Amino acid sequence: MTTDVAVEMITVVIDGFEVTVPKGTLIIRAAEKLGIQIPRFCDHPLLAPAGACRQCLVDVEINGRAFPKPQASCTIPVEPNMIVKTQLTSPVAEKAQQGMMELLLINHPLDCPVCDKGGECPLQNQAMSTGRSESRFTGVKRTFEKPINISSQVLLDRERCVLCARCTRFSEQIAGDPFITLNERGALQQVGIYEKDPFNSYFSGNTVQICPVGALTGASYRFRARPFDLVSTPSACEHCASGCALRTDVRRGKTLRRLAGDDASVNEEWNCDKGRWAFKYLSSKERVTSPLVRGEDGELHEASWPEAITRVAAGLAGKRAGVLVGGRVTVEDAYGYAKFARVTLGTNDIDFRSRPHTDEEATFLASTAIDLKTTYLDIDKADHVVLVNFEPEDESPIVFLRVYKQVRKRDLNVTTVAPFASRGSQKLNANIVSTFDDVKNLTEKSVVLVGERAAEVPGLLSAIAATKSAKIAWIPRRSGERGALEAGALGNILPGGRPVTDAAARIDVQSAWGVESLPAEAGRSSAEILTSLNTAGGLEAVVIGGVDPVDISADALGQLLNSFVVSLEISHSAVTAIADVVLPVAAVTEKAGTFLDWEGRERSFDQAIDGTLTRSDVRILSMIADEMQKPILLPSVTAAAKELLSLGKWDGAKVAKPSLPSSKQTPVSGNQAVLTSWRQLIDLGSLQAGEENLAATARPAVAVISAKRAEGLNVSNGDLLKVSNERGSVVVPAQIADISDEKVWLPRNSQGSQTIVAFGAAEGCLVSVVKA
Amino acid sequence: MSKLKPVLSANWDDADSFTLEGYRRNGGYKASKTALNMDPDAVIQLIKDSGLRGRGGAGFPTGMKWGFIPQNDGKDHYLVVNADESEPGTCKDMPLLMANPHSLIEGIIIGSYAIRANYAFIYLRGEVVHVFRRVQQAIEDAYAAGLLGKNVNGKGFDLELVLHAGAGAYICGEETALLDSLEGFRGQPRLRPPFPAIAGLYARPTVVNNVESIASVPAIIGNGVEWFQAMGTEKSKGFTLYSLSGHVKNPGQFEAPLGITLREILEMAGGMREGHTLKFWTPGGSSTPMFTQEHLDVPLDYEGVGAAGSMLGTKALQIFDETTCVVRAVLRWTEFYKHESCGKCTPCREGTWWLVQALKELEAGRGTSADLDKLLDIVDNIAGRSFCALADGAASPIVSSMKYFREEYQRHLDLGSCPFDPIASTLFSGARA
Amino acid sequence: MAYSSENIATMNSIIARYPRKRSAIMPLLHFVQAIEGYVTSQGIEVIAKMLELETAEVTAVSTFYTQYKSEPVGEFHVGVCINTLCAVMGGDEIYKSVSEHLGLGNDEVTKDGKVSLERIECNAACDFAPVVMVNWEFFDNQTPQSAKDLVDGIRSGNPPAPTRGPKTLRTWKQNSAVLAGISDGLAGEGVSAGEPSKLGLKLSKEGK
Repeated sequence: MTTDVAVEMITVVIDGFEVTVPKGTLIIRAAEKLGIQIPRFCDHPLLAPAGACRQCLVDVEINGRAFPKPQASCTIPVEPNMIVKTQLTSPVAEKAQQGMMELLLINHPLDCPVCDKGGECPLQNQAMSTGRSESRFTGVKRTFEKPINISSQVLLDRERCVLCARCTRFSEQIAGDPFITLNERGALQQVGIYEKDPFNSYFSGNTVQICPVGALTGASYRFRARPFDLVSTPSACEHCASGCALRTDVRRGKTLRRLAGDDASVNEEWNCDKGRWAFKYLSSKERVTSPLVRGEDGELHEASWPEAITRVAAGLAGKRAGVLVGGRVTVEDAYGYAKFARVTLGTNDIDFRSRPHTDEEATFLASTAIDLKTTYLDIDKADHVVLVNFEPEDESPIVFLRVYKQVRKRDLNVTTVAPFASRGSQKLNANIVSTFDDVKNLTEKSVVLVGERAAEVPGLLSAIAATKSAKIAWIPRRSGERGALEAGALGNILPGGRPVTDAAARIDVQSAWGVESLPAEAGRSSAEILTSLNTAGGLEAVVIGGVDPVDISADALGQLLNSFVVSLEISHSAVTAIADVVLPVAAVTEKAGTFLDWEGRERSFDQAIDGTLTRSDVRILSMIADEMQKPILLPSVTAAAKELLSLGKWDGAKVAKPSLPSSKQTPVSGNQAVLTSWRQLIDLGSLQAGEENLAATARPAVAVISAKRAEGLNVSNGDLLKVSNERGSVVVPAQIADISDEKVWLPRNSQGSQTIVAFGAAEGCLVSVVKA
Repeated sequence: MSKLKPVLSANWDDADSFTLEGYRRNGGYKASKTALNMDPDAVIQLIKDSGLRGRGGAGFPTGMKWGFIPQNDGKDHYLVVNADESEPGTCKDMPLLMANPHSLIEGIIIGSYAIRANYAFIYLRGEVVHVFRRVQQAIEDAYAAGLLGKNVNGKGFDLELVLHAGAGAYICGEETALLDSLEGFRGQPRLRPPFPAIAGLYARPTVVNNVESIASVPAIIGNGVEWFQAMGTEKSKGFTLYSLSGHVKNPGQFEAPLGITLREILEMAGGMREGHTLKFWTPGGSSTPMFTQEHLDVPLDYEGVGAAGSMLGTKALQIFDETTCVVRAVLRWTEFYKHESCGKCTPCREGTWWLVQALKELEAGRGTSADLDKLLDIVDNIAGRSFCALADGAASPIVSSMKYFREEYQRHLDLGSCPFDPIASTLFSGARA
Repeated sequence: MAYSSENIATMNSIIARYPRKRSAIMPLLHFVQAIEGYVTSQGIEVIAKMLELETAEVTAVSTFYTQYKSEPVGEFHVGVCINTLCAVMGGDEIYKSVSEHLGLGNDEVTKDGKVSLERIECNAACDFAPVVMVNWEFFDNQTPQSAKDLVDGIRSGNPPAPTRGPKTLRTWKQNSAVLAGISDGLAGEGVSAGEPSKLGLKLSKEGK
């Protein structure tokens, strides 16, 4: 268990140099501290030692007694009075390593020229440093049929494999998905799957990245590039609020792959398959490449920037307008929207929530979430982790890995407020409770991780806000929400958490912005902005960032018709189709910026691709504001970041905490059921567009019902169910689980089951469940 | 007086030696009564004092192994019997279990009581169905007689005993691989530390003992430390089973005090098959470096065999006469190690793959003297470099045969083929058919 | 083939022997072979479900051990020991003659599914060399002719009794059930020990 107790330090001598390291440090890592690189394949700092490849053999003596044989430095922790001689000072170790390299190569094909790994291959590199110039092996090499698809996105060339077991250990120890295993025995040992069950782990791409040879390759990258042709840029993942550091590899202006970056305090060295492989949307044919203005003919026409900006300014002039920010913006862009709404449009009608939301939630966000400081480290130290309407494996995968790590390491107690035990909850060995009231054993070392879906249960966020005994975290799904909250892109707060209704808070911002007044009344929510359009005295225009209207409600798109709509978008969408003006914005690889992850930690990134689409939202908004002669003076991302920083956090009184009582669920009868749902990690999300190999690994849609309901309907696992209400229906296979007899669960946005489209709702509505 | 000392095998000529009745008739299950009236620590001390050492090959003192189990730690303890007998040439535990399974069960009762284990397992190789039947029946009979289960012998000691069949994997004779296998994983060796005494089966303190070691315990309890110590040599006390096989007139099991020589055993067995002479032999299975005629008088105890450059191992005395091609013999053993390599570590997995190909070439007479040096260098890169001792075992026959018979390897190369007639070495070539 | 509720009950009783259920994977695989003759995908799926494992984890175990067969074997599976000692003393000749006699290579089965052949490693009966195993029962001191007679007996429906084993030779599936721990009550049949096993005892009684 992680403690704050001082760690005992041990001094050892390696190749004649002393090094002092914490007790428990492996020899191979103590040597790294001295800059001594011992060759290795199976060793990985985040996996349990295997000692399998034997490449890292060194001579060891303790208290003057030498081990009779060279030892694997990746398995032996340092001890006092230990003297280590690596290949640099021990001829025995040097020969052992050369011998091992020769053995590893006898069955390795000489196909480096066509192998993806060539040029960045640990085997290739270490064969150069440690191998013989010529092999003495003249026999027959082991061959296999090649390659085999172990999933739609991972390919396996078994003859290249050195059986280091990094991939299988990762799958079991880190992801909890032992879908790939070492099969057969001896010289025929090989990585494999069970023939009918592919390697559909959400984290499978990490195995490609940590494979020390070219045995595992990604279908989408295979044969696409040579490593030395790529330009790499450190970046941050835009897919969720986990905050992964990434590396984006670009060849001739095109993103070819993304790898997990190394950040010990956030994603360690991992990421999820969505973050790794869902980037085709960046280069999709649907990209908006120039400003578009709707003409007299009702069609969109390409326009120059000045023409389009003039048109936007004219369209917004004198109209009551609102702003829908979307959940994927950087904090700088969110700040641009927040300032634009107040200064240029003179309104607090701004909301970043492009999903089901409530006023209770807005109050919770402004009063409570904005101050939360819980971090990944708190999970590492927690005595109890509680998940509240939050499925980390689907909704914030790195949070899942972090909790799972502690479950494996020290059997961490996990409770989840959930309708049933999802696969993720099963892996976490979580206790399932149906309401937050049922959660017991909260201490100041407990961590309560609250998902964005908590907003969908009236009174739940009020109860969370009133919780005193534990560390709370609010974990939205999307990457931009925490930043947008800080930036004030919400109707009840200004940047830094300043309540709009607080005069002192407004004056603070007024003076920074150089304006005489700011609107003092809390603004409309996303749903309210939409419903007020086309109503008497309501809004007449709306500025929309990256928003899928259907994420808010099934009626949202219809509500946008007949109003003046300005769309800031990267790709053609349902909104651009009806917008009056479409302004192309830079995608995440084309601009610099910062996301705040769920911890509130800054995840800054630079532009990875040079191109023409380099205008970030904030710069475009600044152009519009200038044209409307109500300038926001944010000509660049840097300017926005600087201004937000100088504003700082509000240390005055916050918005009061929400205090909504919980409501009773209406009882259901017969075939009626209460719908519950969440979004699976890999689904129909718009940023996953165009990546078919990834999409094929999605968990198929099922309707989860209780055994009692199944019995009543006379259905078994896999039988088709029809779930419907007056608006529509979905038909998917049944899956029987320990769910309330009154509920049915469906995936929220998966192939075959989009609940908002089908039912107009995602949670809590009544549906009928019958055998299809 | 006979140089032999049948103890475990003393009643194998009884038609019902394997039954509970037969075992009891010869004094069975008295020792466990005695032991269960002793303090468990006193039982451990007695076994320590006896000097009993592991009969599975390594010769580690059994009592010391028991003494490593932390007591009063509030954890479950386990006793696991290694009955995976698979080392080529080794054939002592299977006849013992077929003819006298209750000696093992009684030893398990005593050992479990001593180390405070309430659950014990026998991991029996799977390729011996009739042995499995005998052991299973013996366990069932012991349960029925109140010797296993709740309140053994009415002494308030509970013991569950499960017979577990392996499924064909030599590596599971390695104790940590055996534990992984018993836990339901691939039988690949574990990293040590932690040692099984601290974190063995299910990460609980565990003793893993060979069949013969545990089966010897009742006799030691029953007859006393002095009786046991009177047999054997200074550091290798007691009796043991020697298994004689190969080109001898009369192969078989010879239970004798440790320290007997092959010459003595061969004399009793009627010598080599008619008209033939001893060429090479293994003292304890194929993983122990081979011996030749010059080692006939080596005392077959842990120290004697060690001093002569090999290991006592499982006391599997495989005897080969002058009709046998040593290169062929070594190739076949190497093929065995390749077949049984678990695949976990590079030197064993890749090394045995290479060695088989290299030896095939040599046996066929292809190569030069430089290839013999290369063979030794490859072996040097394998032995002492692997995760467990399997690769060391694979190296033994090659290194030792090259030491004593390099000229025979060379003769293959000079001739361009194998100089031996394989039919001449078969039993049906005339000598004993 | 489906697993009957009786089969499932038996499998549950196998699981119940162990403190942790994953330990039951090996006897359950033997049991699958007792029901289906080899490790079928259905068997893997049933075991995975009962032990709450991934199918890949069961596959990893079943492919590690040579007694678990991924393809059907004969009703009588003949193993000829070809480890060094048996091979030298005649095992190679025995394997060759049986192989030619049956027209089978290593790991092959006769068309009628009656007999399969395997080159096996040391089976801990070296003092009875050369050794042949049928369904893992001992056939000691074999010659090429005796081994051919053995397989002929099997094919004609009159398999000889094992040297040290039950009075009649049991089938592959029947013996797989024994290895799963399901008693066939035949422990009492056969000799206590073969003659070589008793040689030392005999000599000692003779005072030698």
